[in-house]
Amino acid sequence: MSEVRGHSLDLKGVGHAFGATVALDEINLAVAAGELIALLGPSGCGKTTMLQIIAGFLRPSRGEVRFDGARVEHIPANRRRIGMVFQNYALFPHLSVFENVAYGLRARKRPGAEVTAKVEQMLGLAQMSAFARRLPGELSGGQQQRVALARALAIDPGLVLLDEPFSALDKNLRLDMQIEIKSLLKTFGVTSIIVTHDQEEALSMADRIVVLSKGRIEQIDSPDALYDRPASLFISSFIGHTNLLRGIVTENDRVLLDAGPEIDLGRSTQRRRGTPVTLSVRPENIALGAADRPDAIPVTIRATVPLGAVSVTEGLTTSGEAVKVSQARAAGIARAQAGEAAWLAISDVSRVSIFSTPADGVPDHQQRSV
Amino acid sequence: MSPDSATGTNQLLPAVPLAALFFAAFVLPLAALVVISLFRDPQFSGLSLVQYVRFLSDPFSLKVLTDTLWLGAEVALATLILAYPLALVYVASGPFMRTLITFLIMLPLLTSTVVRTFAWIVILGRDGIVNSAMLSLGFWQAPARLLYTWEGMVLALTQIQLPLMALPLINSLLRLDRNLTRAAEGLGASRARIFVTVVLPLTLPGAIAGWLLVFAAAATAFITQTLVGGGRIILMPSHIYQQAVGVQDWPFAAALSLIFTLAVTGIVFAVGALSRRYVRGVDAA
Repeated sequence: MSEVRGHSLDLKGVGHAFGATVALDEINLAVAAGELIALLGPSGCGKTTMLQIIAGFLRPSRGEVRFDGARVEHIPANRRRIGMVFQNYALFPHLSVFENVAYGLRARKRPGAEVTAKVEQMLGLAQMSAFARRLPGELSGGQQQRVALARALAIDPGLVLLDEPFSALDKNLRLDMQIEIKSLLKTFGVTSIIVTHDQEEALSMADRIVVLSKGRIEQIDSPDALYDRPASLFISSFIGHTNLLRGIVTENDRVLLDAGPEIDLGRSTQRRRGTPVTLSVRPENIALGAADRPDAIPVTIRATVPLGAVSVTEGLTTSGEAVKVSQARAAGIARAQAGEAAWLAISDVSRVSIFSTPADGVPDHQQRSV
Repeated sequence: MSPDSATGTNQLLPAVPLAALFFAAFVLPLAALVVISLFRDPQFSGLSLVQYVRFLSDPFSLKVLTDTLWLGAEVALATLILAYPLALVYVASGPFMRTLITFLIMLPLLTSTVVRTFAWIVILGRDGIVNSAMLSLGFWQAPARLLYTWEGMVLALTQIQLPLMALPLINSLLRLDRNLTRAAEGLGASRARIFVTVVLPLTLPGAIAGWLLVFAAAATAFITQTLVGGGRIILMPSHIYQQAVGVQDWPFAAALSLIFTLAVTGIVFAVGALSRRYVRGVDAA
């Protein structure tokens, strides 16, 4: 029953300012009907403002919001046919699970038999039928979230908005709920927008991810494309983990790293000779290698951390940059010991991203640990 | 003995002065009241329950008690109806307006009840502001009697007791999760429906707390009842006063006092218990 019944959504030149503070600037976004989009960014990037504008709780200072091509800025939230799932779920604490799910239908003055049938159907989908008479306070976090989603879907929304829906859940439960909710939304065929600051959540849920920073869209792409071809230094370090290595362009296709060797990138850097650049190399694209390679990077091993399926080794280059290496664990591989000298080699130069080094240095969160 | 109990005794030490005051100024007089109410006549000759029998067989006294409780209920309801819009405006306002509204609510509390009551006499009197205005504007042909009426008393008490209702209600509304009203709005509910189905049930504990405070305060408001009621309307406080000071019948006055106290506290506890029983899923305010 994977039919598409959601709205398409278009934002054109949307901007919003709170007084003198610009929260959103020139947002352009087209979401196809039935698509699942994640708005991803650090706190203060404008993603919540964007959600409130789409929901109708906030009127944008400028720009157009269109559902199925029709402008909706003037339509209040209670007439937009939108299902909202809040961070704290916002279930009505004084109403039973049944009445929570029925709320939107009763507000639309649907006949009693239809309400009962619809609520029972939604509770069945959310696997909450057995809890219909309970109060929200008597449910676990995961159960509350199922009810919140059932309540949002009961009104047959054209658009479902989820605001940090997994942040209140235990880490163990999160991935299960992400898979469950993604499949529910897809079964429903409803257009969905999920707001999150957690890149793993965005990667696991979304068809496409919109990365926001300081009120602007940095990149809109599929999770894979975002990971493999980040458009900016900010994204390369915000999505997944990466190593940032500084250097200088020596020839069209070569970069001399501060850490020692000169790397042949096998493609043009698109920059003039002498330009300071930063290479983004994923931890799984680096290997502990042999010293005899000319492009090997000498490091001092700091520590090796076993993380289940992979083990991560961190080394320090002579230029003081920390580099993480992620290796699949296999029997017989000796663990590099702290304090040892070692050599690192980039496995596939075609998967290295090249950015101009910003004047104010690399972003802070490059240094965050695994 | 565990060392905890020793420190426990020491921790209670600072409370001794207050406890002593409470004992001397509340427990002892109350005990005296109980004893006095058990005397057979104003000459204190012999003990009996005759004063209570007298009250229960006196239609006038019974009527005075029910009137008084009814006055409290009516005033409390009036303040509730007026305080909800006020509290909603407060919660929707910015910091400056909130400070201003708080100031306006608190202001009457800073003036004495006597002063506030006399202000109402000036407003409602035969030559008062309302009558002069209506007469000179030609709406009324003769001055209306506003003072010394039941309605005038309810009006004055409502204004005087409003802060007792507004403050718990505002507190209750401030604790209401903004996302709940947003969720209701997103689900298609109109403002009226959001108020009735979400705001009202979730702020009920605050409303009940305010209602009980105003009920008890209005039912026992001797000064305002006497001055605005002007002696034409006899309610429990003035009834007790007349028996004690006018007729010098202390045993009957004491019995009236105890019955009145029990009636008011009984209603306060009953309403409180009922609300705990029926308000589900909401924290008590």
